[in-house]
Amino acid sequence: MIEAIFKYEFLQNAFLTGAIIGIIAPLLGVYIVVRRLSLIADALSHVTLAGIAASLLLEKRLLFTTGLNPIYLGMTFSVIGSLFIEKLRTVYKHYQELAIPIILSSGIGLGVIFISLADGFNTDLYSYLFGSVSAVSRTDLVIIIIISVIVVAFITLLYKELFLLSFDEEHAKASGIAVKSLHFFFIVLVALVIAASMRIVGILLVSSLMTLPVAASIRIAKGFKQTILLSMVFGEVSVLGGLTISYYLDLAPGGTIVVIAVLILILVILLKKMYQWKHEVRE
Amino acid sequence: MENIINVNKLTYKYEKENVLEDIHFSVPRGAFLGLVGPNGSGKSTLLKIILGLLKLQKGEVELFGTAIEQFKDWHRIGFVSQKANSFNSGFPATVYEVVSSGLTKKVGLFKRHKEEDKEKIRAAIDSVGLTEKIGSNIGELSGGQQQRVFIARALVSDPDLLILDEPTVGVDAKNVQSFYEMLTELNQDRGITLILVTHDIGTITDKVTHVACLNKHMHFHGDTEEFEKQNMSDLYGHDVQVLMHEHDQHHHHHHVHHHGGENR
Repeated sequence: MIEAIFKYEFLQNAFLTGAIIGIIAPLLGVYIVVRRLSLIADALSHVTLAGIAASLLLEKRLLFTTGLNPIYLGMTFSVIGSLFIEKLRTVYKHYQELAIPIILSSGIGLGVIFISLADGFNTDLYSYLFGSVSAVSRTDLVIIIIISVIVVAFITLLYKELFLLSFDEEHAKASGIAVKSLHFFFIVLVALVIAASMRIVGILLVSSLMTLPVAASIRIAKGFKQTILLSMVFGEVSVLGGLTISYYLDLAPGGTIVVIAVLILILVILLKKMYQWKHEVRE
Repeated sequence: MENIINVNKLTYKYEKENVLEDIHFSVPRGAFLGLVGPNGSGKSTLLKIILGLLKLQKGEVELFGTAIEQFKDWHRIGFVSQKANSFNSGFPATVYEVVSSGLTKKVGLFKRHKEEDKEKIRAAIDSVGLTEKIGSNIGELSGGQQQRVFIARALVSDPDLLILDEPTVGVDAKNVQSFYEMLTELNQDRGITLILVTHDIGTITDKVTHVACLNKHMHFHGDTEEFEKQNMSDLYGHDVQVLMHEHDQHHHHHHVHHHGGENR
């Protein structure tokens, strides 16, 4: 396998991309989970699907766009979707969660129309839905590196502010932090990471890479920093493990990655239960 | 004496209904003010305005001598909200991390905590008696301990004014006493001006130096001695609502009388 990675460029692309996503998706995921925004990732991934489908349609109907990486339109749709969610959340002040199903179904609706206009499913689309090792290009890798640099810079530079925003939004406002712009940048980054991750994990499973590792780490971590670190470790193990297994067994990488993340979650819950039980017995 | 807060002719409405009407009040430096009023009396609205969370509609508010529209030194005001009792207790943050978030604005954008900041955080935790719990997740603490964490968070930026909104809700009776002792200590030893918001007047009159009664209007506002002189003692034990009602008849008298005294 190591040998194969050195030999084939597509494997290098896939593993490097995966290794990066395995870190930045759970990193943003921690903030998404603690702010109870888990479903936003789902909504945005479905909007990304609409963008991908639109790009594939354009490629098919209009020859001049051939070769345009669908990730660009996917990212554009995703970012626009995130802005709509924010807008809707202020329109429906008392039903903020309503913004999510509205955007999610709009995304699927548009996506399905574009797919049918492009004469249905093809392998390209399939790889976007469920992830693919062979589909990751050098361009994808470069885009993901750029996005991850922005994400890591954003979170290290604004760590204090993001923590306060997540823990206590009202207090953040009261202490004069630009809560709105902070939240805005955060959501746009989430949109970008989702679009960037779908090559590997697939649109349908992107959100799980942002939430499952966090769900596991939140059970056992002491404090916020530790939650972030453990989430990244769990995310990385899931992605690298999933890619390796899917390569050998010829499985869809997205599914394998997510199943490993679920197994980690179950293991953590069980270990914690056992630990608590042992503790109670001793006392 | 210098006033930390001056409120003048303040009126605020939600939709079309006035929640606050023609409020005048001021808080001298070093006071321990009990702001009393029944639920829905506009206490929270008044607080939110003072904290800059709600925009001024009509009237004037001055903080530390600066009009609130121009006020920038928000770190001088510490706030412990009522919501401190109903925060997401599953949030994965240690006592240290929560208290350190009180320094966010003071430390400044893009900067990390320096050694002296860390020292301040530990000192604030120590001053509320939680040093032992410094590394525990906040969700593992009791209601009273959580409330102390939030006070430590407010204290860490060395505020001159600390505002507490119903801080003893969710604190069990036997800890309430030591809680008030801690507040008195902060007020007397560290010279922090305190505003304690509560619907329960009985428990605070012997602890605070000033009292303000709010129910849309400011019904009484002065030092505790004066408050007791107004023959209010027989009203203890009655519903606060009743108290407010009786005040209503004397409203103008107290108000004008007192305000003259305050600004002398």
